[in-house]
Amino acid sequence: MSIKSQAFVVGAYEHPTRNAADIPLPQLHAEVAAGALADAGLTLNDVDGYFCAGDVPGWESPGCGPFSIVEYLGLNLRHLDTTESWGSAYINHVAHAVQAIAAGKCRVALITQAGRPRAEGKSPERMHREQSQGAHEAQFELPYGPVVTNMYGMVAARHMYEHGTTSEQLAWIKVAASHHAQHNPNAMLRKVVTIEDVIESPIVSTPLHRLDCCIISDGGGALVVVHPDVARSLDRPMITPTGSGYNVKHLNGGYFDILASGGVRSGAEAFAQAGVTPRDIQYASIYDSFTITVLVQLENLGFCEVGQGGRFVSDGNLISGVGRLPLNTDGGGLCNNHPGNRGGMTKLIEAVRQLRGEAQQAVQVPGCSLALVHGTGGQLGSRHGSATLILERV
Amino acid sequence: MTTDTPPTAPEPTAETDEFWAAANQGRLLLKRCLGTGKMFHPPRTYSPFTGRSETEWSEASGVGKLYSFSVTNRRGTPHCIAYVGLAEGPIILSALVDCDFDTIKIGQNVRVVYVPSATGQLVPMFKPDTSDSTGPT
Repeated sequence: MSIKSQAFVVGAYEHPTRNAADIPLPQLHAEVAAGALADAGLTLNDVDGYFCAGDVPGWESPGCGPFSIVEYLGLNLRHLDTTESWGSAYINHVAHAVQAIAAGKCRVALITQAGRPRAEGKSPERMHREQSQGAHEAQFELPYGPVVTNMYGMVAARHMYEHGTTSEQLAWIKVAASHHAQHNPNAMLRKVVTIEDVIESPIVSTPLHRLDCCIISDGGGALVVVHPDVARSLDRPMITPTGSGYNVKHLNGGYFDILASGGVRSGAEAFAQAGVTPRDIQYASIYDSFTITVLVQLENLGFCEVGQGGRFVSDGNLISGVGRLPLNTDGGGLCNNHPGNRGGMTKLIEAVRQLRGEAQQAVQVPGCSLALVHGTGGQLGSRHGSATLILERV
Repeated sequence: MTTDTPPTAPEPTAETDEFWAAANQGRLLLKRCLGTGKMFHPPRTYSPFTGRSETEWSEASGVGKLYSFSVTNRRGTPHCIAYVGLAEGPIILSALVDCDFDTIKIGQNVRVVYVPSATGQLVPMFKPDTSDSTGPT
């Protein structure tokens, strides 16, 4: 059954910074919260449900966890959800906010995300090691030097082996992102790049080049999801989640297909709940940690047949105004923003902009009323959480 | 020889001591689920297929096929992470050594070798297997 009109997204805000050397992490969370609430026409006093993941300060400190940021913000809560699923967590949070609102547990749900890996000099590799501490599989993996880039590299290598996908095809995903980012004044990389620029950039981990990788940026974003009665009292476009899905992909004792992510199940569940198909989607935000991430997700979500991802993304098919599926029209994590190495929040925000008609004019999808948001949190090549959300303007 | 800095030493637990002791003797162990007969990895007390603790150690042949790999330049030394599909079934994370990374191909036969980690604990890795007698499916 669709979750349509059970709750509405009324506030969205992306922090303009990409280098937060002078903004401490708690303040970043406060700034994005203030931005999204102002966008909605609400204040912190209206918030009775708060949703955050492991990027809030104090998460791993004994006894603090998310309470620290709740105190900093001065929230008076009836509902708290700290679902951690890395970059995909915020997509889960929207689905969970709908459930909490429908169950009467809160009326105004605030979701924040922020990070400052540039300011803190914290590499994804270091985060990967810290993430693995105490995990059962760590002793069977860390000796082999897994890092983000080589774990995604193995996915790309296998896709090339099974389906003949080429580096040029992967490069089209970055090219499309750069075409969008040139119109975004806040984007970290605004220069339009060519296929040659991508495949001639240095190899990071075979077969991925530097320009196949997303950027590392500071910043963050926030969303406000509210009860229908609250939404009707505000002067904002009515945007409602209509379907959601989640799945944890893991290695299943060593019996797995590296090209089948959790998106296979999360996508099918979201489409079924929303009662729509990939053909109906007018705009897609897909977490683009690497070019290969997008290609595999497009197949897994059903936008094209398995093995056809390379062909699907070619020839500008993901460029707004040119191709069949405008994707990440803010420039995505490849060019615009990837705050805290967690791409889910910015994906949600650009989908809301598209549905409101508030995207940059050059990339706005005319009459956009149905959008998909999808994220992979963790490692595409091993264990990860996949979250899919379908949003509709009503 | 293309091994770079010694591998990070594994930290065994009570569930895995036997695996690492066997590795020091040049033997690759897997766990077998007695409910399904399937071998699995990483080894643990409970079967990921049945959720039951009826599992036993079983020695693997040490041969398999390269499922995927990625070569990274680590401070001037190439490092090759790999997934290896063992002849017994499971695909395991490992690394390739003792070969020219420019010539390796997914699908080729590989064989286990043991490489000392930072503490001296031997860690199973793989190299191309050129012998004809071992052809896992």
